[in-house]
Amino acid sequence: MAVALHQRVRPAIVVPVLAVLCALPLVTQWIDEPFYLVLASRVLLFALAATSLNLLVGFGGMVSFGHAAFFGAGAYVVAIAAMEGVTSAWIAWPLAMGVSALAAAVIGAISLRTRGVYFIMITLAFAQMMFYVFVSLKAYGGEDGLSLPRRSVIGLGLDLKSDTTFYYVVLAVCAVVITLLWRLVNSRFGRALQGVRENETRMEAVGFPVYRHKLVAFVIAGAVAGLAGALAANQNDMASPSMLHWNQSGMLLVMVILGGTGTFLGPALGATVMLLLEETLAEFTLHWQFVMGGILLAVVLLLPGGLATLLQRRRTDG
Amino acid sequence: MDPILVLEQSLNGLQFGLMLFLLAAGLTLVFGIMDMINLAHGSLYMIGAYLAAAVAMATGSFWLAVAVAMGGTAVIGVVLEVTLLRHLYQRDHLHQVLATFALILMSNEAVRMIWGPTALALDPPPSLAGPVELLPGLYYPAFRLVIIGVGLLVAVLLYFLVSHTRLGMLVRAGASNREMARAMGVRVSLVFTIVFAIGAALCALAGAMLGPLFAVQVGMGESILILAFVVIVIGGIGSIRGALVGALLVGMVDTVGRTFLPMWLRAVLPPTVASNLGPALASVLIYVLMAGVLFWRPQGLFPARG
Repeated sequence: MAVALHQRVRPAIVVPVLAVLCALPLVTQWIDEPFYLVLASRVLLFALAATSLNLLVGFGGMVSFGHAAFFGAGAYVVAIAAMEGVTSAWIAWPLAMGVSALAAAVIGAISLRTRGVYFIMITLAFAQMMFYVFVSLKAYGGEDGLSLPRRSVIGLGLDLKSDTTFYYVVLAVCAVVITLLWRLVNSRFGRALQGVRENETRMEAVGFPVYRHKLVAFVIAGAVAGLAGALAANQNDMASPSMLHWNQSGMLLVMVILGGTGTFLGPALGATVMLLLEETLAEFTLHWQFVMGGILLAVVLLLPGGLATLLQRRRTDG
Repeated sequence: MDPILVLEQSLNGLQFGLMLFLLAAGLTLVFGIMDMINLAHGSLYMIGAYLAAAVAMATGSFWLAVAVAMGGTAVIGVVLEVTLLRHLYQRDHLHQVLATFALILMSNEAVRMIWGPTALALDPPPSLAGPVELLPGLYYPAFRLVIIGVGLLVAVLLYFLVSHTRLGMLVRAGASNREMARAMGVRVSLVFTIVFAIGAALCALAGAMLGPLFAVQVGMGESILILAFVVIVIGGIGSIRGALVGALLVGMVDTVGRTFLPMWLRAVLPPTVASNLGPALASVLIYVLMAGVLFWRPQGLFPARG
């Protein structure tokens, strides 16, 4: 099977999407539905987390079932820092990334010794450990979670308490980081990573330090998830253990698979569809989970490559 | 340390471990033979518990409820296997995760639609409700003893089935090399449907037996599913023996850890630190166990594929 190593991102898709995202606050203001802006911020930060997971699942062939651990760790770092009086985003957010990266380095160093299903389970095990640690830390809220005394401070005249400002900041962060990830996937490192996904033994034989490449990818993905978590803590005004729960890891994985693992922007699409479906279905029926399950099932059976293939197929047809 | 407490907690650990084994046995075979990740295995456990609770409420007979739950869940399992899961065997693990995750959502919601969001009560049979004096001073709930008995019985039956019957031979052949078994003329898909039905019935048995101890509620399947996965990964995927050893290890470590770890910590650490750390460490213990096992034996304790 021919695999396109170079991930193309078509301007014909990206430019209109970015334009819509930039104009969104005007629209929500015009129709007077500020809630949609909050929802949009949520979609964006989950798109970021899902894209970071896709670096592992889609490009590194590492199916991590514990990605929420880094997401949650980032959220807690921001909340704890704020509790200790450090509210500057310029300190707290990089700190969140650093702590998540460190956690990913430790967990990855051990987990990457295993393969396949065992890797899925050991990453899950580590995430569960972190979940229980945060549940039991009474000083940091235990089961109830830790509320943020105030949102991070960026300065530059930006106040994150405003939903519109928060949205634009999240949009900017996501756009920059996702672009960097895209560059990374198409870099020499990214090619090598995809080579490892296709045939690990061969890459080893050719002389690539396979283990180190995988670990570096794991750490980068963890750091980006930590950043997404830092944004999530700001949006929810709290960090809670449920952010690290295996349900959350499962949801992130579902977003990635739903969108399409092999594609660069698929997971962002998956996150968008998933969260919007959740929101719309819940308006129509109490039993929205049933419908959601049915839709997911249909996608697996009818669109094995994920939603992103829908766009690709249409493109080749037309 | 109080010997009575140690004995009592060991029995609790054994009892929980055996129930985990009922779940893990089906899961490990499904996984081992068909290389299929079935996250919905926990849903069968939940469905079994709900069926048992419903029948027990309607008829008042606990054992009839257990029988109906096992039969009913086996039928549901077969229907699921034939209509849906069968189409996923050849697919990527990721697709199986997504599809069976969807099944969890659907079955949780279906149960909520049928029985409502509140937890159901499932009482043990009145004759078994009281305690039994095992040793002087050691009173142990009769129903828990029955659970241990049932668990041991199933373990023996499964051992006999797997290692001394023709079906068991086919199952082992399928688990160790599916393609070769198929080439030798084994109808692997039929074997698998049977295995899936047995696995579903065992889930229902575990759900019905644990129902009186834990609450019968939506979401009960997911928490125990994770434990069942921990068990089969520790034991080695595809191995019944591994599932038994893993289940007993996890049951013991979890139960005993929850009781004694906080006590030991209180003895060596200041009380405030100990009361914070104790429950956390106890919950983490089985995951540490699993990570440790995978670190030294990345294929689990008893790998089925040689």
